[in-house]
Amino acid sequence: MNTTAIRKLPQEASILMVLIGIAALFEILGWIFVGQSFLANSKRLVIIVLQVSIIGIIAVGVTQVIITSGIDLSGGSVAALSAMVAASFAQASGGFSIFYPGIVDLPVIVPLLAGIGVGLLAGSINGAITAYTGVPPFIPTLGMLVAARGLAVLYAEGQPIFGLTEQYTAIGQGINPVLIFLGVAVLFHILLKHTVYGRRTYAIGSNEEAARIVGIKVNRHKVLVYSIAGGLAGLAGIVMSARATMGQPGMGFMYELDAISAAVIGGTSLFGGKGKISGTVIGVFILGVITSGFTFLRIDFYYQEIAKGMIIVAAVIADQRRQARKA
Amino acid sequence: MNDARKIVLRTQGLCKNYGGVQALKGADFELREGEHIAIVGDNGAGKSTFVRQITGVEQPSSGQMFFDGKEVSFKSPLDAREAGIEAVFQNLALANDLDVPANIFLGREEVYFNLGPFSFLNEKKMLAKAKEGLEKTAVKIPNLRNAIGKMSGGQRQCVAISRSAAFASKLIIMDEPTAALGVQETTQVENIIRRLKKQGVPLILISHNLRQVFNLVDRIFVFRRGEIVGVVDADKTDGNEIVSLITGVKTGVHENASYI
Repeated sequence: MNTTAIRKLPQEASILMVLIGIAALFEILGWIFVGQSFLANSKRLVIIVLQVSIIGIIAVGVTQVIITSGIDLSGGSVAALSAMVAASFAQASGGFSIFYPGIVDLPVIVPLLAGIGVGLLAGSINGAITAYTGVPPFIPTLGMLVAARGLAVLYAEGQPIFGLTEQYTAIGQGINPVLIFLGVAVLFHILLKHTVYGRRTYAIGSNEEAARIVGIKVNRHKVLVYSIAGGLAGLAGIVMSARATMGQPGMGFMYELDAISAAVIGGTSLFGGKGKISGTVIGVFILGVITSGFTFLRIDFYYQEIAKGMIIVAAVIADQRRQARKA
Repeated sequence: MNDARKIVLRTQGLCKNYGGVQALKGADFELREGEHIAIVGDNGAGKSTFVRQITGVEQPSSGQMFFDGKEVSFKSPLDAREAGIEAVFQNLALANDLDVPANIFLGREEVYFNLGPFSFLNEKKMLAKAKEGLEKTAVKIPNLRNAIGKMSGGQRQCVAISRSAAFASKLIIMDEPTAALGVQETTQVENIIRRLKKQGVPLILISHNLRQVFNLVDRIFVFRRGEIVGVVDADKTDGNEIVSLITGVKTGVHENASYI
C-alpha cells in the first residue's frame, strides 16, 4: 500500500538523517581542528563497525524486551559471564593458564553452546521473575547485572582465561563479528515483523491486558523474549572473548546501557509496543560514530560519557513527546 | 416467547464472591437461539461480574453453566472463545500499536504452517478476512494498515465488534459498547447489532442507555445488588417499570427521569 510506505518512511529516515548529520559534523570539525577527514579513513570505519557489532548483538535482544514494555539491564554482565564460561571450554592444550586441566581442545561447538546456554539461562531467570512475580523488570535484571558480574569474577577467581583454540578465536577475527551482528539483526527483524512471535511481542507491549484477554500466554511469552535477550548477550560474550582471544571478568562493562541507548535512539519506545531492529542498528551506529568521533577529535573520554548521557536523555524526552502527541 | 427455540446459554445459581463480598448471588439466566438480551442495572449491580463469569475472565465461586447443550466451566477467556463466545469488553482489548487485521486476529493469527511462535504470518489472508468482516459491519475504515491507536473511538469500537462477528461465534457479548461514543458512532454500532439480529447471532448487551435497550433487544434482565430482580419482554414493558426494578423504588420515578 502506497500511502503506508510514505507514512512509515519518516521515522526510519529521520534516525538515519541524525546518523548522517553527526558523521557530517565530525567531518567538518575534523577538517577544522585536526586537519584531516573523519570519514575518508577506511581503518576508522572498520573500527567503528567492529566496535558496534558486539553492543549491537546485545541491543537486538534488548530492543525486543523494550518492545514488550520491559527492560533488561543485565546484558553486559551476562555477556561477561558467558565469555568466561565459553572461554573455559575453549582452552587449547599447551596453554599457560589452564582452567579446567582435563578439558582442552574441545570442538568449537561446545564453548558456543555453553556460552549461549549461560545467556539463555540468565535471561530465562530474568523473564520468569518478571512474568510470574509481577515485580517491575528493572529489579530482577538489575539483580542479574550485579550477580552475573559477581559470578564472572568468581568463575575463575578473578583471573582471565587465556590460550583459546584457534577455531574459537576465529569467531571474533576479521569481519566475523560484523557478519554475526548483521545475521542476528536480519533474523530478528524478520521474526519481529513476520511471525507470531513478533506479533505477540508488540501486542504485549501495546496492551498487556488485551493480550491476556485474547488468549496470548503473556507470561510464557515474556520468558521467551527475556531468554532470547539473554542468549544474544551470551553470543555477544562469545564474540567479545573470541575477538580479545581471552575471557576476562571485567568485559562488557556498561554495555547494557549502550545497548538500551541504541534501542531508544533508534526509535524503540520505553512505553512498549513500538520499535524496530533497523532503528536499533542505526542507533548503535550513532553511538559508535560519536565514540569514534570524540576520539578522533582527541576529546577526553569523560566528555564522551557526558555527551552520551545527554544524548540518551534527549532521546527519551523525544520519545515521550512523540507518545504524548499521539495520545 | 417461542420456547421451542434451543437454549444457547443457561446459568443456574451462578455466584461470585470477592473475599467477603457477594457480587453475584445465584444468577439464573437463559438465552435462546437468535435472541438478543439486555442486561441492565445500576453501577455495582453485578452486570459486569456476571459477564466476567460467562466469558471465562473469572471463575464463578459456585453454580452451573450450560452452553450449547453442554455443561461448561471456562478456565480462561480463550476457553470461552473456543466454545464460541465472543466478547467486546468495555476497555476494548485492542493493541493500539497494531493495525486492524493484526487486532482482529490477535491471539489466533493465520499462519502459513505451524512452527509454534515462529510461524510465519499470512498477512494477505488476514487482511482479506478483515475486510470481509468489516464489510459486514458496513463501517468504512480508510486504511486498514494504520495503527489502531490513530483511529476514532467509533472506528476502534467497530473493529472490536467485527473481531467478534468475524469469528462466526455462537454468542456475542457487548459490555457498554457505546458508552464512550458520539451520536453518529453510536448509530453505527446500533446498526451492527441490528444486522447481527437479522443474521440470527445471539447477543447479550450490557447498557445504561434504556432507549437503546428498548430499541434493540427482545428481553431485559434487570440486576440489582448481585441478583436478577426481573426478566421482562422489551415490548411488554416501559422505562418506568425497568427503572423501578433497577432502583428497587416502586414510586416517584417520572417519565422524564434523566435515566430514560
